[in-house]
Amino acid sequence: MAWLNTFIQGSLLGGIYALFAIGLSLSFGIMRLVNIAHGDLIVLSAYVALVVSQGTGLDPISCLVIVVPVMFALGYALQRGLLNQTLSGGLLPPLLVTFGVSIIIQNGLLQGFGAYTQRLQEGAIETASLQFPGGISIGVYPIVVFGVALLALGSLQLLFYRTGLGRAFRAVSDDADTAELMGVDNRKLYAVALGIAMIFTAIAGVLFAIRTNFDPAAGPIRLILAFEAVIIGGLGSMWGTLLGGMILGIAQSVGAALSPTWQILAGHIAFLIILIVRPSGLFPRTRD
Amino acid sequence: MTLLETQKLSAFYGDFQALFDIDVTVEQGETVAIIGANGAGKTTFLRAVAGALETAPEMVMFEGRPIGKHTAHDVVRLGIAMAPEGRRLFPSLSVEENLLLGGYSKRPGPWNLNRVYDLFPRLRELRHLPATDLSGGQQQMTTVGRALMSNPRLLLCDELSLGLAPVVIRDIYDCLGKITAEGTTVVLVEQDINRALDASARFYCFQEGRLALTAPTTGFDRTAISAAYFGM
Repeated sequence: MAWLNTFIQGSLLGGIYALFAIGLSLSFGIMRLVNIAHGDLIVLSAYVALVVSQGTGLDPISCLVIVVPVMFALGYALQRGLLNQTLSGGLLPPLLVTFGVSIIIQNGLLQGFGAYTQRLQEGAIETASLQFPGGISIGVYPIVVFGVALLALGSLQLLFYRTGLGRAFRAVSDDADTAELMGVDNRKLYAVALGIAMIFTAIAGVLFAIRTNFDPAAGPIRLILAFEAVIIGGLGSMWGTLLGGMILGIAQSVGAALSPTWQILAGHIAFLIILIVRPSGLFPRTRD
Repeated sequence: MTLLETQKLSAFYGDFQALFDIDVTVEQGETVAIIGANGAGKTTFLRAVAGALETAPEMVMFEGRPIGKHTAHDVVRLGIAMAPEGRRLFPSLSVEENLLLGGYSKRPGPWNLNRVYDLFPRLRELRHLPATDLSGGQQQMTTVGRALMSNPRLLLCDELSLGLAPVVIRDIYDCLGKITAEGTTVVLVEQDINRALDASARFYCFQEGRLALTAPTTGFDRTAISAAYFGM
């Protein structure tokens, strides 16, 4: 029973990892952008929520009404004003530029908020739990987060396969030059894509910051978790990303059950094993 | 009325000059062929007209407007569509989605999904298949249909016949007749000289990035074309 409990907790933990990964997966899938600043943008979202929450007195989840549009606008502007300039030179320029953005965000947050550990307070939901037979106790909050991850992936699925915008995203991902010849303004579309990626990043950032302490240097770890979830699931596969997050979560829970010091390492080991066994992930979709 | 005019069009890939002072004029409603050997600059010419290669503004005039500096997606909005060489269909999209993407610019005009399916009835049956599951001829029809979906005034066709069986090529060129009957102006790039000359009223022959010969296609001495084609 203890192992079943570990398995369930780990799977639910995968929900937040999948949310971390969605933005990264979108920007890589659509514009082949490896966004090194992704983790810091997650943390930045948490700080934006902190400011809005303190300013308005709203609880963090309600603050999403403001945080989401702010992060969408930031993503749009970041792509339009900066990252679009790096597109023509291969994979390296965007890698270097987003690495720079990552440093700027971390140091900007350090300057503005200090190195203090922060947390967002959502109240009773944080500690509420459901009791099941056999002594299994599942937190309400992890269930909510997992549900949000399912909703997020489901809505992306609809966006990609049921709308003209999604069709254009898929076409640009296939062949950007030909899409341009068909009348698609790639640069504008990329800006919208990063904006949409930032919507999910904002949600991930706020939900993560309710559960975990954060500080200006908390980004790179989130980036690595997001990367691992994306790569385990297979590049370009949205539901694979959820499975990737769940595998990471389960590995961490099992590791923690063996010994608390093993929690983080167990996740990385699971990632490495999958990288060796299936280098292109479980459900690879993206070409090239 | 002159629809497209290039004036001393030169184009470069980096430091390599692919086109030298090309003057081409295309009148409203006519079908013009561009022929030439491999590497003569035919595709480069189409890409320059379509905005995929940047040139000086006045080098490409469309409806009297300089468009040489326009981006490809702006050129589509003005009414130039391309059926690119090698078809370049989007592999993740179904046949119908490929066609719909061709209509991304939402230019008004006679062409829509239904009209394209009327032109190529086979595509209606295959519309939910991934575009890459189709035969070469069906893929080429999808490519032409996708270009038509933007309701172009000028349709650029790059190597429609490449890699297709003669009977399929004939089908596609028959459909081209129906397209020009709508008043669409067509520029054809072909290596298959006879096919190109049969379908067009005038031709330009390119050789190593330069214009070697231009004439009406009827009553023309084909040995002169061979000379211009091969540079002998």
